[in-house]
Amino acid sequence: MTAVATPAAAGATASVRRPGRGRLGGAGKGRGPKVPLRPSQRRNRRRTVLSALAFLSPWIIGFLVFTAWPIGYSLYLSLTDYDIINAPTFVGLENYVRLAGDPNVQLALGNTVVFTLLQVPLYVTLSFALALLLDKAGRSMGFFRTAFFLPRMTPPVAVGVLVLLLLNGQDGLLNTALGWFGIDGPNWTTDSAWIKPGLVLMSLWTVGGSVLILLAALRGVPRELLDAAKMDGAGFFRRTWHVTMPMVSGPLFFLVVVNTIDGLQTFTEAYTAYFGSTGGYGNDAALFYAIYLFQQAFQFFNMGYASALAWLLFLVVLAITGVQLLVSRRVVYYEADR
Amino acid sequence: MRSHTVRSHPVRSHPVRSRPVRLTTLLVVGAVALAGCAQGRGGGEAAAEASYDSGAEVDGPLEVLGFGLNDEVAEVRAARAEEELSGVDVQLVEGGLDPQRFLTAVASGDAPDLIYTTRAQVGSFASRGAIAPLTRCIEGEDIDMSAYVQTAVDQVTLDGDVYAIPEFNVVQVLAANPQLLEQAGVTTAQVDGSDWEGVLTATDALATAAGPDAIGYDSKLPDFFPLWARSNGAGLLSEDGRTAQLDDPKAVEALELAVEVLERQGGFGDVSALRDASDFFGADNQFAAGTLGAFPIEQWYINVLNDVSPDAPVTFDTFKDRQGQTIAFAGGGSWAVPTGSSNPEAACRYAKTMTEVDSWMAAAEARQQAREEEGKPFTGLLTGNTEADAAIRELVADTDEPWQSGIEATYEANDNTFALPANPADAEFTEAWQDAVNRVLNGQETPAESLARAQEEAQAALDSAWETWDASGGEPSVQPAPSASADR
Repeated sequence: MTAVATPAAAGATASVRRPGRGRLGGAGKGRGPKVPLRPSQRRNRRRTVLSALAFLSPWIIGFLVFTAWPIGYSLYLSLTDYDIINAPTFVGLENYVRLAGDPNVQLALGNTVVFTLLQVPLYVTLSFALALLLDKAGRSMGFFRTAFFLPRMTPPVAVGVLVLLLLNGQDGLLNTALGWFGIDGPNWTTDSAWIKPGLVLMSLWTVGGSVLILLAALRGVPRELLDAAKMDGAGFFRRTWHVTMPMVSGPLFFLVVVNTIDGLQTFTEAYTAYFGSTGGYGNDAALFYAIYLFQQAFQFFNMGYASALAWLLFLVVLAITGVQLLVSRRVVYYEADR
Repeated sequence: MRSHTVRSHPVRSHPVRSRPVRLTTLLVVGAVALAGCAQGRGGGEAAAEASYDSGAEVDGPLEVLGFGLNDEVAEVRAARAEEELSGVDVQLVEGGLDPQRFLTAVASGDAPDLIYTTRAQVGSFASRGAIAPLTRCIEGEDIDMSAYVQTAVDQVTLDGDVYAIPEFNVVQVLAANPQLLEQAGVTTAQVDGSDWEGVLTATDALATAAGPDAIGYDSKLPDFFPLWARSNGAGLLSEDGRTAQLDDPKAVEALELAVEVLERQGGFGDVSALRDASDFFGADNQFAAGTLGAFPIEQWYINVLNDVSPDAPVTFDTFKDRQGQTIAFAGGGSWAVPTGSSNPEAACRYAKTMTEVDSWMAAAEARQQAREEEGKPFTGLLTGNTEADAAIRELVADTDEPWQSGIEATYEANDNTFALPANPADAEFTEAWQDAVNRVLNGQETPAESLARAQEEAQAALDSAWETWDASGGEPSVQPAPSASADR
């Protein structure tokens, strides 16, 4: 009984050490004494709390209604057979069992992982390279910054249409350019082996946002470190590898994580190009996980199964992000932690 | 003991902490309850209880989803329907029907009163109880279903009940470049589907004549696979809509031929790249540019060519089966009354008015006048109503070639259509055969392997959907979701 630390006892101890905290009531554990508040103080505090809640309430309600509730409900739906219009019928783990044996799930997951493995390193590397170039641009930086960011404003659906035009095997811009060098380009939009590389190339279209993030990070790299390395005879590449990259490893890691999650959820461009309105033509090589999920949910109205698919994707993303976070402890340098 | 005394009065010790907690709890509960209310409610029973009577006045609001006033044919009929339903406040929600939006609206008890949907979706909607059978609507409004194109009616009939009133018919005809045909020494009989040896011979000759940056003969896979299968006497689905027939050897043979046509021209990748690179709807289309020998195509493309490239070298004929009989795969729209419609009587009257002969005649006259003003020929309308088709055909004047051939081919095709019957798994069935064709086009599987796999997938979907349908006694009803209020 005596081992139980009571709030009063804890407060009494704290009051000796930090008497000033008592003015605010010291309600928190170990934060101060339990000094009874005067009625006016209580009213003030109540008003403060109510005001805070009033300001927070749009977010709280929005979060609960539009995020927490749908997430929870989708978990419930994943255990049901539900076609939108009729009431969900509880089927236990049937959807998850089906999912485990569905060859299209394996195909879509494989496609998605391959796409992400191709896309993320290229995307981040190109972003970093462009940011390094832009960092040297001097007075024209503003122009290039805008120019790089502009494609980011293009709607993803338009990019999906551009895939078919720019990557057309007959007279697409890419194959035309390859033709100048005597290279007979592939049918990017129909040859299964080239569909994912084609989509990866098109995804680089929107690299501008990441460039701006890295550019901001590069501006924060201490010049004295770079100057010192230069004085020691380090060339541009060694300075970049040994000084710049460690100093911007935080933002680089952020981009890796965010783009990995984005890659695992890739949908719009591939759906528009291959599954939207192309006269029934589709290609298994472009069947990404989110597309298969969408088909099950909104073409076949298997909402229960689609919810189970969504939860599997969530777990995959969670696992991959977890691994990335573990790895980051060894390779990412956060100056603020030092 | 002292500690117990304090802990037993937490409220007194922390009076101001409990209120925010309570307030937050209230917010949470309120928000969750609000979200719970967002779940679906069952649809109403208005459609089932409606008293349809062609002589009765109808009134009230009528929300129509999925129909757009895109041209004079739509505008004239819509105006006529509004005039006929003068006491009704018609609200057109324009744009194509989004199935998810529609089903969600029905589930939430906020269904539109009438929808315009492709006939291919009627089976799925009906099997889910989203649209009501129109038996009483048809009887009460004296709608003569025998006047409609039979294949169109079959597409909207599930298990013996009509679920929608069909309108428009989309059919396929053969379009060819006579200059390239002549240059290649090929006749239209070799490319109209009746002579498969001729098709392959013509493909080689046309590909040579057209050159490397052109398509000699386009079999229009994957979307025209049902046409090629039918050309070989194969139906992809049994007449009762319950049995998939995708692995029928005749269907396999048809897919082999249609793929071979593409393979002889460099494969699907090359042909598809040329298709995508073409200016299909523009003045520099494949006929105007001389980059296509021949292909089967929907009849509306005749008007496109006439509009954008009236002097392009083109000729038209019907597509035929191997016995030389004209065939065409029918598609089109239809009007259906949602289960939760709050004004089914007006919805039924509106659907009837939009598809009756007088409305079509008024629309055809408007179209004819518009074409005359543009100095272009009126090529007719395929309405899905045989009486209207016959009357409009009378309106169509003889015109110059090649458009005269186009008109004749269109009407002949319209008289020789086939269609897949309505079934409760139409989306899954369509996906199965399209995926099968795509796997072959992408070089993943042979036609026999791919169609065998599709057969299994399609039959599984059909069995599951029909099992649910049969279990409901063929009368599915919208079931309220768990949290639905009992006020409906």
